Amino acid sequence: NFCVIFITFEGFLSRAGEANFPLAKMAAQEVQPSETIAKLKSESEALKTKLEEERAKLHDVELHQVAEKVDPLGQFVMKTRRTLKGHGNKVLCMDWCKDKRRIVSSSQDGKVIVWDAFTTNKEHAVTMPCTWVMACAYAPSGCAVACGGLDNKCSVYPLSLDKNENLAAKKKSVAMHTNYLSACSFTNSDMQILTSSGDGTCALWDVESGQLLQSFHGHAADVLCLDLAPSETGNTFVSGGCDKKANVWDMRSGQCIQSFETHESDINSVRYYPSGDAFASGSDDATCRLYDLRADREVAIYSKESIIFGASSVDFSLSGRLLFGGYNDYTINVWDVLKGTRVSILFGHENRVSTLRVSPDGTAFCSGSWDHTLRVRE
Amino acid sequence: MTIKFIRDHGQHYRPRMACLAKVEAMVLEMQDSKSGVKSSEQKLNITSIPHVVTGQDILAWIANHMKVDAQEAQTIGTMLVAYGFIYPLQDHKKLILKPDVSLYRFQTPYFWPVQKWKADNTDYAIYLAKRNIRKKGTLDVYEQEYYKNLHKWLNHKWDFIVMQAKEQYRAGKERNKADRVVFDCQERAYWIVHRPPPRTHSAMDYGVDRLIDPNAEENKTFDYYRRIIIFTQQAIMRSKVKSTVSLGAILKHMTTYKDHDPFLAPCLPSNPWQTDDSSYWDLNMRNVEIPTKMRVERWSFSFFELLNDPRGRTDFKVFLKKEFSGENLAFWEAAEEMKWGTASSISEKAQTIFKTFLAPGAPRWINIDGRTMGLTVKGLEHPHRYVLDAAQTHIFMLMKKDTFYRYLKSPVYKDIQKKALSPAPHNFTPSQLEQNAQNRKPGINPIIIWQQEEEERAKAAAAAGPIDIKKLMASKLDRK
Repeated sequence: NFCVIFITFEGFLSRAGEANFPLAKMAAQEVQPSETIAKLKSESEALKTKLEEERAKLHDVELHQVAEKVDPLGQFVMKTRRTLKGHGNKVLCMDWCKDKRRIVSSSQDGKVIVWDAFTTNKEHAVTMPCTWVMACAYAPSGCAVACGGLDNKCSVYPLSLDKNENLAAKKKSVAMHTNYLSACSFTNSDMQILTSSGDGTCALWDVESGQLLQSFHGHAADVLCLDLAPSETGNTFVSGGCDKKANVWDMRSGQCIQSFETHESDINSVRYYPSGDAFASGSDDATCRLYDLRADREVAIYSKESIIFGASSVDFSLSGRLLFGGYNDYTINVWDVLKGTRVSILFGHENRVSTLRVSPDGTAFCSGSWDHTLRVRE
Repeated sequence: MTIKFIRDHGQHYRPRMACLAKVEAMVLEMQDSKSGVKSSEQKLNITSIPHVVTGQDILAWIANHMKVDAQEAQTIGTMLVAYGFIYPLQDHKKLILKPDVSLYRFQTPYFWPVQKWKADNTDYAIYLAKRNIRKKGTLDVYEQEYYKNLHKWLNHKWDFIVMQAKEQYRAGKERNKADRVVFDCQERAYWIVHRPPPRTHSAMDYGVDRLIDPNAEENKTFDYYRRIIIFTQQAIMRSKVKSTVSLGAILKHMTTYKDHDPFLAPCLPSNPWQTDDSSYWDLNMRNVEIPTKMRVERWSFSFFELLNDPRGRTDFKVFLKKEFSGENLAFWEAAEEMKWGTASSISEKAQTIFKTFLAPGAPRWINIDGRTMGLTVKGLEHPHRYVLDAAQTHIFMLMKKDTFYRYLKSPVYKDIQKKALSPAPHNFTPSQLEQNAQNRKPGINPIIIWQQEEEERAKAAAAAGPIDIKKLMASKLDRK
């Protein structure tokens, strides 16, 4: 009986425009969901158009025009200087230590290894209680590493000088998400960690107490990557997700301050330009793009007909002139950021390149792959 | 143990496989009778198989069509084989493209990876059962393993599976030999891709499932639109700059750092990764006595660079000491420590900072305008992480716009510029390089460096603390 009433009432609502129905008039005075949503929708569309117009007004020069005055780059010969073998399964993530030679890497089999990449010695190894450790990070002091993955947590392991010490004993669980951890990064000190997760959120945590300091909501799907801004204020970070959006967040307020949605597929990796005024992103649509934060728009697309498979990770060289991209077709493409051309293509991995980072002093870059190895190239 | 939802390879909602659309288009072009790869009939074990292509022909076509060189064509070709669009006739378990006369065929679209149904275990069981029926003992070890496991898991439908296998086997027998062989090859190739032999990888392996379906329409409620409206309004109001300005800044950064980028200019004395000699790192240690010229030059690029480099910060402090204005930097450092420190230490640090820098008559009183001072002091009643932000920004800007430039013109900076080292580039002979490779130095563990710095910090803090006059006088009187 209720259903009958409901259906007839709906019928009245749908004909609310007709003034003669007394019931419809009553309904018109209350909330009419469909109409108000339509109004909101058109308002948001209008605002979006206005934003585009504002952006277009400032669009007075293209990157390649600026690049015309700059000399082109010469030929590059980048050789593999070290191959780090020791993981028993796909390498998923890696990070450099600030001492420019140590590396932490994590893999699908749950192992997290700290290497001195210069001598290729393994210094520490930790076995996580879960597989698919998708995120790992080195603390700025060099005294700890953080990692996490399918266990939905981010744990911090303090490193020790004693090689025989069991690091798992001092492990500290810091972050708790409701789904897998996709990326983590320490802020300017060992005391705070920023994490992103498959549950669609990013979060800032206090390491000592495990307290959640700030959470960042706004992505409509899994967040896959994040990077902290290298600015003097150090208050913002960018995240990329499966909703094809790259969002810039204010760490203090938790607000999303800028958003870019130009990719056609999942964004696998984001990295700030060294000055903090721009950032690059790599995506499954086989392109890498450069976004200008101050002009609030995308300024370059790095793609080629022959590059068909997605970019899994990107990083800049020290000056920002080169952009290294690791791709799912086992190659690494090196792009001239200014001119938009590909400078070099590097082979050597026998499976997807899953992670790529340039060392802190820019002397080399390391790529980790699903072929179980890491390669340091310069 | 995580329970995995049964998902299809999900191509229709996981754009991770978005690349396959392009690949499909390319493969169709390759099969074009006029402009595609030339194919021929080949004999394979007495049967004649049509439309067979050689590896090198495929590579040549790709290189020509995509205008790439041989190595890149090889990469693309290998991906085509790895995804199952092309399959090898010989050595069928190794999914790579060989640049020689090895034979390949194009996979039928029915078995392409973009089809919207997943490679079901039931289908695999039927396939293995069929091969078992045809000729016992043809299954490889890993396939037998699979077969055993499937028999266990799918025991409840095993009769159905066996029946299906028999049906398919019978239907297959009714086809003519050539068709049967072709179909068998196709099916076998399909299963190699979707159930790879051990110690090989499958291109269908994509990692962890995404949690949220990105193509699912987000519930467009009031909140959804209201959020968009607020965000867009704020975005419109935010100040933006013209592209000439922002792109110019990006270009300027590149030009300034061009000579400091080890990929663009050689680092002196040599790149440790190239020559296995770690002098470059030794010369640029955190607290080396005499820095290199490049490092000193970098300090002049921006105040941020100077502060970020511990050696630069030390030099800046020397300058500030001469100017008797060290309290600004000390305040900034203390505020940074509070901002990035542990949550539990915030109130304690806030107290110390107030007593040392902000209280009237404080020993290291900083000079900020009245309004900021008032806001900060008020905020300190209930200290939180960012309570000193306003004051800190003010002080930072002061140092950046005034003190920094005076530092660059000061005798302290000019002095360090003169003293700075300019190491000569290394010129190792091949035998020396080999020697270096064998004698790579392990370097100092960062934990040790951190401990040393902690000790220094503690000493500095003790020295900067307020001096107890009574104790001092008491010790002096004692001596008298």
